[in-house]
Amino acid sequence: MNPTQTAIALWTLVHKEIKRFTRIWPQTLLPPSITMTMYFIIFGSLIGSRIGEMDGFSYMDFIVPGLIMMAVITNSYSNVASSFFSNKFQRSIEEMMVSPMPNWVILAGFVLGGMARGLGVGLIVTIVSLFFTRISVAHPVLTIGVVVLTAALFSIGGFINALLGKKFDDISIVPTFILTPLTYLGGVFYSISLLPTFWQGVSMLNPILYMVNVFRYGFLGVSDIPVGWALAAIFTFIVVLFGIALWMLENGKGIRS
Amino acid sequence: MAEPALSIRGLTKVYGNGFHALKGIDLDVEQGDFFAMLGPNGAGKSTTLGVVCSLVQKTAGQVSIFGIDIDRDFPRAKYHLGVVPQEFNFNQFENVSDIVLAQAGYYGMSRREALPRAKQLLTDLGLWDKRNGNALMLSGGMKRRLMIARALMHRPKLLILDEPTAGVDIELRRSMWEYMRRINREEGTTIILTTHYLEEAESLCRNVAIINHGEIIRNTSVRGLLAELDTETFLLDLAHPVYELPDVAGFEVRQVDSAQLAVVVHRGQRMNDIFTALSEKDIQVVSMRNRANRLEEMFVSMVEQGNEDKAAAERAEARA
Repeated sequence: MNPTQTAIALWTLVHKEIKRFTRIWPQTLLPPSITMTMYFIIFGSLIGSRIGEMDGFSYMDFIVPGLIMMAVITNSYSNVASSFFSNKFQRSIEEMMVSPMPNWVILAGFVLGGMARGLGVGLIVTIVSLFFTRISVAHPVLTIGVVVLTAALFSIGGFINALLGKKFDDISIVPTFILTPLTYLGGVFYSISLLPTFWQGVSMLNPILYMVNVFRYGFLGVSDIPVGWALAAIFTFIVVLFGIALWMLENGKGIRS
Repeated sequence: MAEPALSIRGLTKVYGNGFHALKGIDLDVEQGDFFAMLGPNGAGKSTTLGVVCSLVQKTAGQVSIFGIDIDRDFPRAKYHLGVVPQEFNFNQFENVSDIVLAQAGYYGMSRREALPRAKQLLTDLGLWDKRNGNALMLSGGMKRRLMIARALMHRPKLLILDEPTAGVDIELRRSMWEYMRRINREEGTTIILTTHYLEEAESLCRNVAIINHGEIIRNTSVRGLLAELDTETFLLDLAHPVYELPDVAGFEVRQVDSAQLAVVVHRGQRMNDIFTALSEKDIQVVSMRNRANRLEEMFVSMVEQGNEDKAAAERAEARA
């Protein structure tokens, strides 16, 4: 394919993915908005007012970046996992496999689609948070950069999950038993400085902690961990997982007999 | 001489469970041909076509599409290929026009180029009125036609139809045949067809390959294959009921019921002789037709022979 044809193929796939999740917005865009509103009301307003300050900020201000990031992570991941698996299940993935579209375009198309949903829901949650607090962004470029990279990383993760999945249960196991616990333990609701030293060390093994902290640093200017390290870790994860996903596609893992 | 539309050499496929689906198949399909690939279920037809369109990974062998080796440049070879699979493989929650336009996009066709092409194909295949409807709401025949429209969006030179008329009613099947004939004749599209309706293969195809147990057991012209038929069975509808089986010298006659006889005619025998003999016995024939499709008779006898040979080989191997 020449570059123009490649661009058309990529746009076709991205457009199709965006159209898919906007068509079923009551399933994709509305639920996270309602869930996050509940978090803001219960944890931010009701309980947060009794907690007091966290790292020198009101509890509401502290949890806003974490909740936005949580929405981005879960929606990026689940969009690609469910969409790609659904394509596998209905065999419509064959439409792409028989075409001359390079594998990297297929991967990038689904990842960009997942990023679009993750960032779209992140934006909705940000707008909802404005009803509860005034947001100030200390480092806008870093904030946008880290949320985009995180959306990309978890979209790739969702893609690998869908490639490996053989039944619908397989694409809900990772979000339920791995992603959600890691997100809750990733410093969304607390600063890891509150933990005993041992558990602080354990927390450092949680990749989501790095993303939440850098994102919070972008908003508030404070972080539990060095920002440079966190960015390097996110970038490394993206490169490695993209390579694995592409290798799996090239070798037909989970899609070719 | 022009490159074959499809050339297969030594194609072998062994699945993960050790099943030998293809055992070194060699096959050429010439440009412009209308080619039938026949075989019982599990013979290896869909595996062969799956390798050609990259849905199945081959174990060994070489496949070229219009001279392009798929191991060297599969993307370029895929431009020439349109695929209509056996099972519905589109997102049933999308609307009809989105499905065909997305396919065009995957081949790098611009929207400006794809829109008139989609309109033409959906109109030709009787789906234009359904273009904004959900694919889930289409009938089985419409879904099959949608897959044909989708496969033709990028104007492929080689169209693979894997049982395209399965479950389609007779009227619609005939209109689909006419459409396939037209694109083969007028646009020069090479068509490879797998089907279980042997009447379909006999009516549409010029050449045929018969696959059984992962091997091609015959590869010849449909006309040549039919010429090899030694016997044909004709059903004779009688003007008046006959309650006793007539004895016709030289012919094997069976009574189907009181109003119908079945006559086995060997190569070299003349139908006139049987009509004369029946007339002499005051039996009047009002109409006559083949008992079964001629190609079907040939196909069944070849497959049965193949199965017997395989069973004999297995018995010999067990004894050894």
